[in-house]
Amino acid sequence: MKPASFDFVAARDMAEALAALREGGDAARVIAGGQSLVPMLNMRLATPATLVDISRIEELRRIESANGAVTIGAAVRQAELAAWPDLAVTLPLIHAALPWVGHMQTRSRGTVCGSVAHADPSAELPLCLLVLGGTVILRRHRRTREVPAEEFFLGMMSTDVAPGEMIAALSLPQARPGEGHAFAEVARRHGDFAIVSCAAKAGADGAVTLGVGGVADTPRLLELAADAAADPATRDDQLNEFAWSLGARDDLHATARYRRELVRRLGRKTIEEALSCRA
Amino acid sequence: MPRLSATETARVQFRLNGRDTTAEAHPRMLLSDVLRHDVGATGTHVGCEHGVCGACTVLIDGVPARACLTLAVQAEGCDLRTVEGLADAGDGALSPLQAAFREHFALQCGFCTAGILMSLDALFAADPDADEAAIRDTLSGHLCRCTGYTPIVRAALAARDRIKGGTTDA
Repeated sequence: MKPASFDFVAARDMAEALAALREGGDAARVIAGGQSLVPMLNMRLATPATLVDISRIEELRRIESANGAVTIGAAVRQAELAAWPDLAVTLPLIHAALPWVGHMQTRSRGTVCGSVAHADPSAELPLCLLVLGGTVILRRHRRTREVPAEEFFLGMMSTDVAPGEMIAALSLPQARPGEGHAFAEVARRHGDFAIVSCAAKAGADGAVTLGVGGVADTPRLLELAADAAADPATRDDQLNEFAWSLGARDDLHATARYRRELVRRLGRKTIEEALSCRA
Repeated sequence: MPRLSATETARVQFRLNGRDTTAEAHPRMLLSDVLRHDVGATGTHVGCEHGVCGACTVLIDGVPARACLTLAVQAEGCDLRTVEGLADAGDGALSPLQAAFREHFALQCGFCTAGILMSLDALFAADPDADEAAIRDTLSGHLCRCTGYTPIVRAALAARDRIKGGTTDA
């Protein structure tokens, strides 16, 4: 349970980081907090030739809100975002979900963008990014591109990040007046990866976006129109159909049947909560 | 130190329990191993090595973190505290937290204890009024395979009161 050998680049600025990634190609990986990557290194599930440490790059350590969106730099730690005074008002879904992300001993170093880069299907932050309709900002040598969340997650632990490219930031839309948000999760132990997690956003018009993590290979969305979300029979029908569509499988932690039941129940709970807490 | 070679050791400097410390480490070496094998601070225990058990928890710049999920080279310039730093360096007297753990039999085999002490030490430093729910939430980041959680919670509550200057129920 020790990492294989790698070169280590302690990048001082973006130019150094991007140059090292370009040089390293697909044998280079970015490390920031390391809370997802180092377990992969320790178990030798990842054996990069070069690690590029971006955690000390000042421009990546910023949280900024402008033009109705919050930009979270790639070196911002989960605990730093949790302590950001504007969080509860501008990103209430993230505010609700962060206490479920690992433990405080891992949130202290784990980054928000790192969790998105890792793309574990049970992870909370990729799910919230998808439900909020956020954007991943990717940088490579002389090029920046923005990928919408629904195009970013390609499969289990697989994303649209190309060799030589890195996540520079996430952009999340700020909560608008009249919206409601809710998050719920069932895990073996609080802080462990979810068996099923649900995040919901209710619009001012009563339409609901529900996201579910932990079941399919990527977080998945169910869109409920306002009349469907308001009518319990229609809502439950659509939730049931959605639960079956996720392709749940039996594993060590839970049966497929249990997961589907959690999708129905936690789904209902988060939809109701999101609708009822609309400001 | 922008680029460190995989095959050569790098010099890493940090403060450890208030003392300037230098270690030699390959980039692939974990902070937990460098503390134990290179520096000789064996109080930090190594359990699962993938961030689940919490035995290796140390304070990095005042905040609890997994030493097994931190590369030693990432600790460059950091302020580290380990369980060796809790007892009084002069006369070796146990800290109030350690004393409470002893009095309440809050350690059975003791393997997980070092990490738990560091997390609770940081918790009470940040929030001297931490309630039982906050203590239990902090403990959720630690596994005790002896399942001695009840006395651990009891000791934590007693230590909190003592640190605040309240009652001593020893």
